[in-house]
Amino acid sequence: MQERISTRRYIKRYLKRCITGPWSLICGLSVSLKYFFDPRRIVTEQYPENKKTLKMHERYRGRLEMIEDADGNNHCTACGMCERACPNASINVLSTKNIAGKKVLGRYVYHFASCTQCGLCVEACPFGAIRMSQAFEVATTDPATLEMILNKKEGQG
Amino acid sequence: MFVPSVTHPIGDFVRSWVPKLTAYLPDALHNATLDSITAFLVNALICIVAVCAVNIGSAPILIYMERKVCAHVQCRLGPMRLGWHGTLQTIADVIKMLFKEVYSPSGADKLMFYVAPMIVLIAPFIIAALIPFDHNLIVADIDMGIPMIIAVNGFGVLGILLGGWSSNNKYSLLGALRSGAQMISYEISFAMILLFVVMISGSTSLMDIAQAQDGTVLDWLIFKIPVLGFIAFILFFISSTAEMNRAPFDIAEAEQELTGGYHTEYNGTPFAMFYLAEYIALVTNSALAATCFLGGFHAPCIGVAAIDGVLQMVPGVVWLFAKIYFMIWCYMMVRWTFVRPRVDQLMAFEWKFLLPVNLVLLAAGAIYMILV
Repeated sequence: MQERISTRRYIKRYLKRCITGPWSLICGLSVSLKYFFDPRRIVTEQYPENKKTLKMHERYRGRLEMIEDADGNNHCTACGMCERACPNASINVLSTKNIAGKKVLGRYVYHFASCTQCGLCVEACPFGAIRMSQAFEVATTDPATLEMILNKKEGQG
Repeated sequence: MFVPSVTHPIGDFVRSWVPKLTAYLPDALHNATLDSITAFLVNALICIVAVCAVNIGSAPILIYMERKVCAHVQCRLGPMRLGWHGTLQTIADVIKMLFKEVYSPSGADKLMFYVAPMIVLIAPFIIAALIPFDHNLIVADIDMGIPMIIAVNGFGVLGILLGGWSSNNKYSLLGALRSGAQMISYEISFAMILLFVVMISGSTSLMDIAQAQDGTVLDWLIFKIPVLGFIAFILFFISSTAEMNRAPFDIAEAEQELTGGYHTEYNGTPFAMFYLAEYIALVTNSALAATCFLGGFHAPCIGVAAIDGVLQMVPGVVWLFAKIYFMIWCYMMVRWTFVRPRVDQLMAFEWKFLLPVNLVLLAAGAIYMILV
């Protein structure tokens, strides 16, 4: 149901739309023409063919990995913030005690099968010890490989 | 003597060669009547093969082109795997379509269900026969070309309505009814624009309309009449888009609302025929636009003798196909840019805007004809 308006206003609106309508169509068409003639705007990748040169976008969230230096040391203090932040319990931080009796990281168990790669653990980590990797070819035929221990070394604390 | 064909260079060539070839046959077959009948049948065969080659041959090209244009507008690459840049993809699709099992839903009107796709194909084929591809390259050079096109276009509506009705599916029926209303409405402005063309060129024969645009680019109907020609071209573009049921006027299909509309229940070859009809209609409507507005088979001469000589060396068929493919590209850009209007907006656009503008245009054209 349209609102009631006077004939004069109706004609005024009609004439105005005769101008603004085509103008908006031309604006839309100019955008798609720009996209059509500019091959640099193409964003899709030819995946299996360009496997060697393919570079993932830096915001891409693959599986979880630990930030380690050359010796395999990490910043994890086994505080368990990531474990608490994880919405579907994909992380188990198993702590242990070092010789000095201090609580350090024992094993960082990561269940990739239930992980949704939401990235909440990375945001929760107060020490910047974990990140989402760029790996995207993560398909596997063996479910046992989906349960992984991320740290190579026990944490130093 | 039995001479059913009209005089025509290619027809005359066949008619002159058939008696020479039959001279090798036994004497019992030497007969002037038999020769003329043979020549008539050979001519008919040439015409049918030519129309089928142009129509069915262009469909895979258009499907490939549509995919590529669509992809590049949407920042994608489109088919790239099969053949060079995916050129064989459409052929693979056609083969897949042909080998699929054909079945109809339970409760469907079997006869109507299978007749509908064939009826849809009638209109584009007849229109293709009327398009002049060169000075002598036309299948049917009839005087009533434009009225014939307007009359034959109704088959498209009939086929879509039959297909939607016989499918025993509420979405199909809704799509078909919407499309029927839409196509009948837009046929009026389609006919009005063709009437404008007829009024300016003074003939209803498509050959005469194309011949009348001989000369430079400025003699083309789109530029011949200062502003009116361009407005008429735009209006023709809009109403022919609606006639073809292409987006933004694809109310009949409307995948998002009606899951495909009238061809929801079709699969395999009948579906391929609907698809084919859609793309042949694209070719014929573009050819019509090229013939009526863009100078038909004439080269785009610019009035400089040196350049015009080179341009006129290229045969008219090539120029017509260049114009057809340019028009098709325009239709595709429009399809992948604009959004579909609602049904009521569509109707309001036709009856409140397009038709009044058409009538004003027709009157202005008449005044122009009197003054100039």
